[in-house]
Order: sequence, then C-alpha cells, then structure tokens
Amino acid sequence: MPSRRRAFFVLALLLALAALSLAVALAAGSIPVTLSDLFTALFGGSPTGETSLAVEVIRGLRLPRALGAFACGGLLALAGALMQVLLRNPLADPYVLGISGGAAVGALLAMLLGLALWFINLAAFGGAFAAMLLVFGLAHGDNSWTRTRLLLTGVIVASGCGAAVALMLSIAPETQLRGMLFWLMGDAGQISEARPALAVLALSLALALPFARELNVLARGDRLAQTLGVPVAQVKRGVYFLAALATATAVTTAGSIGFIGLIVPHLVRLWLLRQGWGNDQRLLLPATALVGGSLLLLADTLARTVIAPQQLPVGVLTALIGVPVFLYLLSREKTT
Amino acid sequence: MHSTRLSTHALDVSIGKIRICDALNLSVASGERWAILGRNGVGKSTLLMTLAGLRRPQHGELNLCGVQTGVSPSAPALCVPSGTFSSHDLRRLAKIRGVLPQHQSDPFPATVLETALVGRHPHLGRWDWESEADRAIARQALAAVGLEDFAGREVHTLSGGERQRLAVAQLLTQQPQLFLLDEPLTHLDLAHQVAVMDLFKAITADEATATACIAILHDPGFAVRYCEHALLLFGNGEWLAGRSQEIITADNLSRLYGYPLREIRSDNDRWFIPR
Repeated sequence: MPSRRRAFFVLALLLALAALSLAVALAAGSIPVTLSDLFTALFGGSPTGETSLAVEVIRGLRLPRALGAFACGGLLALAGALMQVLLRNPLADPYVLGISGGAAVGALLAMLLGLALWFINLAAFGGAFAAMLLVFGLAHGDNSWTRTRLLLTGVIVASGCGAAVALMLSIAPETQLRGMLFWLMGDAGQISEARPALAVLALSLALALPFARELNVLARGDRLAQTLGVPVAQVKRGVYFLAALATATAVTTAGSIGFIGLIVPHLVRLWLLRQGWGNDQRLLLPATALVGGSLLLLADTLARTVIAPQQLPVGVLTALIGVPVFLYLLSREKTT
Repeated sequence: MHSTRLSTHALDVSIGKIRICDALNLSVASGERWAILGRNGVGKSTLLMTLAGLRRPQHGELNLCGVQTGVSPSAPALCVPSGTFSSHDLRRLAKIRGVLPQHQSDPFPATVLETALVGRHPHLGRWDWESEADRAIARQALAAVGLEDFAGREVHTLSGGERQRLAVAQLLTQQPQLFLLDEPLTHLDLAHQVAVMDLFKAITADEATATACIAILHDPGFAVRYCEHALLLFGNGEWLAGRSQEIITADNLSRLYGYPLREIRSDNDRWFIPR
C-alpha cells in the first residue's frame, strides 16, 4: 500500500543502486583502481599532497564523465516521465516534441561553422529552446492546446529538424562528419563539466515533486483535474517547461541519447505495479531519475570498456538495449 | 434547516452559436435533487460545467455553496473578472462541489482503490499522503457502489459499468456538498441504474450531510421518480425550471425532444414512451 515510509524505503534502495553504479563506473577502465584509491579520490586527498595516477584518473577523467552521464540519464528519464503525464500517452518520450531536433540543428550548425566547444553547447541549448517555444507557440494558437495538437506540432517540428540535420550532414566536410555523428548518437565522452547538469537535475526534481499529486490527477484527464481544484493550464505549462529544460540540458551535455526517456519510466512503472503502486508520481519521478541515471552510467561504462581502447557512442548502446526491452514490454502488455 | 447550495442570477450561457439558457435564475437548496433534461447537443454538459464554476458564463452571477463568482476574500473583485472564480476559490470549491464527468480515462495502470482515492486530493495538503482515514473513506465509497471486493483490481480489467460505478465512488470519496452528475447512468444495467439513483437519493435525503444533487438524465421517468425538481433546456435559450411533477409532462417533453411522447402511469410511477 502506498505510503511515505515505503516510498523512502524504495528510494533508499535505488540510491544504493546509484552509488553502486558510480563505484563500478569509477573502478572500470584500463588503469586498475584499488578501493583505497576510490576513497582517496572521493573523500579527500592524502595528507602528504601526493596522489597516485589512479586517483588523478578518477578525479580528472572518470568522475566528471560518470557524474555527467548519471545526471543526463536522470534528466532524460525525468523528462520522459513528465512528458508521458503531460501528453497522457505512455509512448511519449523527451524528444517527441522536437526538443532534441532543435538542439541537433543548433549544435551541428555550430560545428559546421567550426565554432568552439562551449559555443556548440550554447547553440544546442538555444536550438532546443527555440524548438520548444516554436512548438508551444504554434500549438497554443487557439488558446487551448490539446494533446493531439501539441503532439502533431511537435512531430512536424521534429521531422523538419531531421531534414535540416540530414542537409547539414550531407554538405559537411569529411573531417567534421565523425564528430557530428557522435554528437547525434549521444556520447558521454564529451562531458568535461558535470555540475550544471547535476544542478538542473536537482532543481527539476525540487520543482516537480511539490506538484507530484497534482500530476497524478492530471494524468487522469484535464476535466477531472479541474473539478478537483488543479490549476490545469498553469501546471501543464510548468511541466512542459520543466521537461524541456531537463531535455535541453541533457542533450547539450551529452548529445541526443535515445530510449532512456522512454524506457525508464515504463520499467519503473511496471516494477512499482508489482508492488501494488500504480502511476504515483510522488515515487515515480524521483525513482525514474535515479534509475535513469544509474542505467546510463552503467551503459556508458560498458560503452568505454567493452572494446577498449575503442569507445562506442553510449546512445547506440542504450538503443541496442532499449529496443528489445521495449518490444518485450509491449508484447507482454498485449497478453495480460 | 435547508441552506442554498447553488444559485444563479440572470445567467446567460452559450457555446459557439448555441444559446443554452438565457437569464437563468436557479436556486438549489440542500436536500434537493434536480434533473436536467434536453436533446443531444443542447449544451447540458456545458451548462453543468458552468454551474460547477469551471466555465465562464456569458453574463450573470453564480453562487456555489457560498462562494460567489468574481468575489473572493483573498483577492479584490477587480482582480477576478466577473463570472469566473480565482484559482484560490477553485481549490476551495473542489472540497465542496464534486463533478461526475461524462468520460473517464485511464492511460496509465492503477488499482481500483488508488483511483477512488483520487477524490481525496483537494482535502490533502501539498506534502500529505493518503492516511488510513482517507483509505477508510474510499473503501466505504467502493462498498456503496458494490465494488468493495474490487479494491486491488486493475482498472483496465473493469467492465464499462464497473468503471462508471468506480467514478461514482471517486466522487463520493471527494465528499462534496453539491453533486453535479453528467449522465450518471451511462453503461449501467437497470439494477445498477436504480441503485445509483437510490444512493444519491439516500445521501441527499440525509439532513446531516446537507447535500444537493443536479444530474443530467435521459430518462424522464427516472427524473420524475428520483428528482423532485427539473430543468428543461429547449435549445434556443428557453428554459423551464420547477417541480418535476408539474413540468415533466407529455406535452412539454414532446416539445423538448421534438418527438411525440405518451405518458404511462402505474401506481405512483410515471413513465414516458415514444409514440
């Protein structure tokens, strides 16, 4: 039976899972790491001031990448859960409304012009928000954006962005093509600074959680939510902006990584249903963020170790895992 | 002791080109049950949403359980346009008036008990979780509609009629003082139609709860049998409100539905059948 105490228990369990995946991510790689190296790297330097190579590698390379991957996974999963409530459609994901398409257009344009990395990030973020405002403004046209209108506008904007991306790829010089493709497929290797993404993840959760029960009611229909005193228009607008912010941040940090935002809310929902909870956002939102973060962290660790020293783009791996899992879930849903 | 649950003054409601009612004056006191009758598409549901305070009328005033449109104690009248409620008032209204929507949607999996508990939402604080007391209220509501053994079932496994009764249970869980029912009898078999109407009759007849009920119905016989008051909507802005026994007549109904009807009496019941 849903209760606050059981929610805290579940979240503590998932927090332990996240810590475990972080430890695995920090320890895995070509340079062997001991347990004491891990502790030194995480909880303070050695008193003498000299640090081993392993500690340097953890602090300088693996930790930012691991935290960044975790934050992106959490952001994408959270955005997916929010979009599914907003569109009342279990098949919605963070990219369904064209946000990643906008980010890709911005980022590729910056790459094509040969701009610096920080400008590519800025362009990706700007592109994501431009796409969001475009969809929001167009769908809002008749003052009562319905789900279908929102979804259709988003899909059309996304496919327009797809065409622009294809155009840029076809005219891009050979030398830039590989970087562009990695960006498009999603790659945690480009993460140098994890703190902005972590901060946005914390902020999004802090903003969404107070409205979690409102979202539960909203998921059952606008009219019912209205009669129960939920300010539907305001909450929907807030959810949309929050999901867009989370998606834009994740895409800017690590490119458009697929399937985390679609799969993770479903996985968590199915698992919670076994425990006798349905679609309760009070637990679902923090749980999806933790599971999404852990999953992307593990996928990224696999991506950089499985055929080391070659690295795979993590987006390919999440899709390769995600597609069969999702098909399996869909086929099971039909039979039960 | 009867208190007014809903009153309107010179209320004009229209949607698109359809005039639903012109200058409607209605006063619904606790203990009363009202039926709204009219053809398909005359705007019965739109009027019900307006009476629930969720849609702005073209003109006129609405007072819901003591909450007046456009006037709220926290916000000066100037801030809130006449004919609408502030979001503060809508939160307050959610505790005192409940609406049974015409359609239910469950895009995500949930149990029957969870779904019934949604009705507690307006009564809980921002960080509150449903307490044991809330769960007891929900179980009681499920028992009232005969779903007490379904608490753990998944909503998707319910039949149409069972889902409709669950919606009624959700409304009971909300514990409002004014019930606004949009076609409460859809999907229900005859026995459950009678059971649901008996349920609302018992609730409104209980003086301790001081509740009133307004229902959109399609069977004039049920309207006469269960609602002592009725509001007829003729579709051109014209309306007729009064005691069911007086205004629900074969003549009025023939004009209302645009089809000749005949009255059949048996004992105290009156039924209307198409000629």
